[in-house]
Amino acid sequence: MDTLLDPETRGANRIIPGAVDCDVHPASPAMKELMPYLDDYLSQSVVDRGIEQLTSVHYPPNAPITCREDWRGPGDAASALKRMQTHLLDGMGVGTAILNQMLGIQILFNADMGAAFARGLNDFMAREWLDKDDRLRASMVLPQQSPELCVDEIERLAGDKRFVQVMMLVMGDRPLGHQMYWPIYRAAEKHGLPIAIHAGSMYRHPLTGVGWSSYHSQDYAANAVNFQTTVTSLIAEGVFTKFPNLKVVMSESGWTWLPAYLWRMDKYWHGLRMLTPWVDRLPREIIADNFRFTLQPVDAPPDRAVLEKLMEHVGTEDLLLFSTDYPHWQFDGTECVPDGFSDSQLRKMMIDTPKATYSRL
Amino acid sequence: MNVEARPNPLKTQSVELGIADCDVHPNPASLEDEVFPFIEQKWRDYIATYGMVQRIGFAGGTQYPKGQPRASRRDSYPPEGGPPASSLSFFREQHLDAHNVDMAVMIPLRIGQALQNMDLAVAVCAAINEWQTEFWTSKEPRIKGSIVMAYENADACVQQIEKHAHKDDFVQISMLSRTPDPMGHRKYWPIYEAAAANGLPVGVHAFGYGGNPPTGGGYPSYYIEDMMAHAQSCQALITSMVYEGVFDRIPDLKLVIVEGGIAWLPSLMWRLDKIWEKNRLELSHVKRPPSEIIRQHVWLTSQPIEEPDNRQQLVEAIEWMGWDRVLYASDYPHWDFDDPKRALPVQLTKEQRDGFFRGNAYKAYGLS
Repeated sequence: MDTLLDPETRGANRIIPGAVDCDVHPASPAMKELMPYLDDYLSQSVVDRGIEQLTSVHYPPNAPITCREDWRGPGDAASALKRMQTHLLDGMGVGTAILNQMLGIQILFNADMGAAFARGLNDFMAREWLDKDDRLRASMVLPQQSPELCVDEIERLAGDKRFVQVMMLVMGDRPLGHQMYWPIYRAAEKHGLPIAIHAGSMYRHPLTGVGWSSYHSQDYAANAVNFQTTVTSLIAEGVFTKFPNLKVVMSESGWTWLPAYLWRMDKYWHGLRMLTPWVDRLPREIIADNFRFTLQPVDAPPDRAVLEKLMEHVGTEDLLLFSTDYPHWQFDGTECVPDGFSDSQLRKMMIDTPKATYSRL
Repeated sequence: MNVEARPNPLKTQSVELGIADCDVHPNPASLEDEVFPFIEQKWRDYIATYGMVQRIGFAGGTQYPKGQPRASRRDSYPPEGGPPASSLSFFREQHLDAHNVDMAVMIPLRIGQALQNMDLAVAVCAAINEWQTEFWTSKEPRIKGSIVMAYENADACVQQIEKHAHKDDFVQISMLSRTPDPMGHRKYWPIYEAAAANGLPVGVHAFGYGGNPPTGGGYPSYYIEDMMAHAQSCQALITSMVYEGVFDRIPDLKLVIVEGGIAWLPSLMWRLDKIWEKNRLELSHVKRPPSEIIRQHVWLTSQPIEEPDNRQQLVEAIEWMGWDRVLYASDYPHWDFDDPKRALPVQLTKEQRDGFFRGNAYKAYGLS
């Protein structure tokens, strides 16, 4: 038996040594932490205009899902990194963690200001996180307000291989397949950077097609439906006909909706493909080639039989990328992998699929 | 296939008794002849002058041109002329008789529900309810109507419900899924209370123009995206109704989701359960796990039914939500019509088959 897979030598969390955790959240910096990384004009603006914080309402800092109770602590980078090392890297044995920084700079309407904050935030991530622990990698935060400025940021940072992908929020100005975003995809494909599409919104539109919600719980639930419409958009617009090597990593998307979604999407493609003739393959084939999904949250009951059936419905073991979504509260204790995955599936999602997805790892 | 009619449709073997089809769309042969007689002259003049304005930019049609005229089967135009499903005799021949349907729930579309002018909306909806009785349900007992309402005006809705609910002609009230505010919003509660008090389910059909982009990321580009997104809009509206506590407050309320697909429901139930468990502070008014609420209060009509290569997987998905939750629907005369002989081509037990094609509908609509 492969010693790495021997249940005796690994903890209850079933994390394989060297596992890549593809969705981890560093603390968002307070403005005073970020200030040294902002350009002169922006840092002066922050003071003159009293810009106190850019926290997205999508993740209220004290809300249960935003941070598990036993993982809370001081928010400064040094303390937060120490906690992450204690709980995740050393504690659970994650080998490599890909950091998705969720400070809400994309919500600003001023694109130049958004880009200036993105530059500062990415530099902050490089110095205060990536430099401090070589197990860490990060997604570039992009000023999603302006595809042109996104490309500038990709070009600026492409030489730093610790940035292994770029990140966009699932709810933007337009559905993400739209041609306005294609310069981003062209630049990302050129540099071998997958596009992480992460839960969250620029708050340009109501978070659902039926209007504004009353509760945070509804907004969080709405991420899954917006990932679904985003898959439709990316496929229908022909993004992967244009950029066949582009990889999209749906992050904190949920994925148990995927089989039912594809049964419907394939059916509609059969019925309406004459209206989007550039989509020249079944949607499920495009999903298999170009999409990956991070593991957490697993929206399924804690029932091994259901999970095994779900994986049969997904039909391939190659779509999932291991993630804990640390420190978001998606599981308790160290039980980050639900019962029902075989050892070979775990090896794929923790080691093989991340390596195949991220050319920079 | 929507180009060619099958000349001799086989009688379905699906159930011994007739099928209940929970979504068909009869149309007026002409608004002027069939609906306007029930509308005051001033509104006829208004429509002639300004049209019927919804929250979309075109004076007629939609922002997303359909794949075929009127989104209808090309073989569904009656031989005597007029739009698809505007002739009772041809409707009987091509659908009711051909498919052994002995209860068909008609859901009028492209009528007054989402009009911007509220008074006009009320007038047109009231007329459509009269039209359903006059032209369809009174002439053909196999056809049942849906009370349509200008649902942004709850008072007017309650009046329509009180007026028609006691008649055998109607089996549900009807709303469209894309409302201006999510359906759990309290402005809609008087409608639900009246429906529940009268023992009628609230049927929510996909479509509608609430003025919100169909996705949280804005307006998509293509018709296939608009169509696909109905499944997501329906998930969002169920989320809203469950998390707003509508079913806790109105325990007799029944919700029938029409034409949004079905197989996404298990994943939604699981997701809502997990989020509810973690946010009990915010959702303290929701007393039971969302999945339990949904399994008691929500039904889904089958069309357009999902089609995995291995159809057994759809059966497994239905088992996760419960066989009693799904009601067969054809969507006649629309292009994505699901033929009852092909809608669920798997081996079912007699109990499953009878429930899917008939029994579940009779229970949901409170018929015997």
